[in-house]
Amino acid sequence: MTENILEVRDLVKHYPVTRGVVFKKTIGHVKAVDGVSMELRSGETLGVVGESGCGKSTLARVLMNLERPTAGSVLYKGQDISKLSGGALRRLRRQIQLVMQDPYTSLNPRMTVGDLIGEPFEIHPDVAPRGSRRQKVKELLDLVGLNPEHINRYPHQFSGGQRQRIGIARALALRPEIIICDEPVSALDVSIQAQVMNLLEKLQDEFGLSYVFIAHDLSVVRHLSDRVAVMYLGKIVEIGTEDEIYERPTHPYTQALLSAVPVPDPTLRDQKAIIRLTGDVPSPVSPPSGCRFRTRCWKAQDVCAEQVPLLEIRSGSDHPSACHFAEKREIVATHEA
Amino acid sequence: MSDILVTEQSKPGADGSGRPSGRLLEVEDLRVEFRTRDGVAKVINGVTYHVDAGETLAVLGESGSGKSVTAQTIMGILDTPPGFVTGGQVRFHGKDMLAMSAEERRRIRGEGIAMVFQDALSALNPVFTVGFQIAEQFRVRRGLSRADAKKRAIEMLDQVKIPNAKGRFSNYPHQFSGGMRQRAMIAMSLALDPEVLIADEPTTALDVTVQAQIMDLLAEMQRERQMGLILITHDLGVVADVADRIAVMYAGRIVEEANVYDLYAKPAHPYTIGLIDSIPRMDEKGQQLRTIKGLPPNLMNIPPGCPFNPRCPMAQPVCREKVPPLLQVGVSRASACHFAEELVNRD
Repeated sequence: MTENILEVRDLVKHYPVTRGVVFKKTIGHVKAVDGVSMELRSGETLGVVGESGCGKSTLARVLMNLERPTAGSVLYKGQDISKLSGGALRRLRRQIQLVMQDPYTSLNPRMTVGDLIGEPFEIHPDVAPRGSRRQKVKELLDLVGLNPEHINRYPHQFSGGQRQRIGIARALALRPEIIICDEPVSALDVSIQAQVMNLLEKLQDEFGLSYVFIAHDLSVVRHLSDRVAVMYLGKIVEIGTEDEIYERPTHPYTQALLSAVPVPDPTLRDQKAIIRLTGDVPSPVSPPSGCRFRTRCWKAQDVCAEQVPLLEIRSGSDHPSACHFAEKREIVATHEA
Repeated sequence: MSDILVTEQSKPGADGSGRPSGRLLEVEDLRVEFRTRDGVAKVINGVTYHVDAGETLAVLGESGSGKSVTAQTIMGILDTPPGFVTGGQVRFHGKDMLAMSAEERRRIRGEGIAMVFQDALSALNPVFTVGFQIAEQFRVRRGLSRADAKKRAIEMLDQVKIPNAKGRFSNYPHQFSGGMRQRAMIAMSLALDPEVLIADEPTTALDVTVQAQIMDLLAEMQRERQMGLILITHDLGVVADVADRIAVMYAGRIVEEANVYDLYAKPAHPYTIGLIDSIPRMDEKGQQLRTIKGLPPNLMNIPPGCPFNPRCPMAQPVCREKVPPLLQVGVSRASACHFAEELVNRD
């Protein structure tokens, strides 16, 4: 659990905002990811939580090298993947795979399940010689709990949960070391969501996979993650073990986020101290100066507008938090009775 | 206009006191099917529930359980074809709405029963300003002048706590954020002071911090107006926070109905037990989640007997033969399971 399999250093991804058709002028940048550093250890699950627009999906795309970073680096076992291209990049992609959110749009409706899961073998023929491919696909189907007999069916013949299993089988085909899960269960019903979460855990134990698990559902993330990073407007505001984040959060945003999670227990109704955030997340085109959370923060002082708080361990805390006034606060809402 | 709608003996007092014994809104043995090219899907198979003034009924179910179709039938916005009501009644103040003329139903919509939809962006008309869409109701239904209607619409936007309501009046829906759009939808649905509000997954598309804001707003509006609120959702967390009573739906049937405390403390149907067990809980980290095996049934081919029997860990031969009716178990709760008594009496 000590070796870093993936390291992200000062990662920045900006998208230009342009005006005009012929004479395109860049009038600003969407700062989707703005200086993110973290590491993924071998065999662990790193949860990434945050609200929509905080940059967590962009982070996934950069980690997969589907987007080149504006600045910073992504190191896979010490090798900067954002500088790779051609054959080297293709070989690397075998090690990092992606499970996407929407099992309805991420599977080509004209391909059979066999073709969908077998397609990675077309690109990497050395993994499975042509003759053994169907057998391999059947093994994968069995592994994710689908009937191997259904190899010739089309995606529309499966339910949402089954399609997500197909997506997982496809990600597993090349026996990667890292799987990046971008909201893999948020489109599923509760009873199906639990099945898929159990499957992900089982596969991790079986193959020693490392997961980056991106989701907005805080209880799902807690269930699966060893460590958790909380993102707000393109930055990590707090990172720590699952216990540190959920039991002893020190950043006001983490505290507010956790307190807003509805707890499935009516007897706790009046005992919860919910921190009400006002307003919406500011635009990532022109984020607030200093601390990005200050416009919604109840602790904000003058210093918050002037200085960007660093993600570091402060006194009275045991894990990094990007707040000038990081401190513990009782969050009753996260505890089950 | 409202005196045409409600007869003198059935109008409840605004505070719920002196209310006649009649229910505000009742759905009884409702049956709806969808006739498609591939066959007939029995989407609703005898749904019965009611809501009273000032009460929150949560209708809980997964996709395809029929919770939204029930709401559409109540509102009279079911797409026909393919959807057809094949039986049952929807009574508002004791009068069956399914037997009313289109004109009569139209008068109830908005003033009697209003609805908040899940996806505010597609529910609002993109080519009219938000303010116009709210003010329109005052002009058409209350006969107000343009200026008066605008004044009332700004009041409504203000009530749902949209900052700078006056300036926001002439904004288009795309200029609002997700949370603000949902607020505008709530303002629109409350404009004519309905007695019952149906909220169909009002916060599903929103982030948790915004979800908390919107649920607070709904609860506040309900308290102030003593509305009956039907909250349709799949989120067991939201339900635990706001509901008084819960009706759990599965394959177009109510399988369990109970007050919120009883339901979470001691669910009386194996499906409810499975649902509650499959939520990831903060205190069981690392353990396997208990799941409900299998998939919800195909509505064109619902299994005989109890529709849940192929997935049920307790299923016995009787479950494959007889449909269990929704019967009272204990005090003021009901379950549609042959073994409900045993479930309620277990330790």
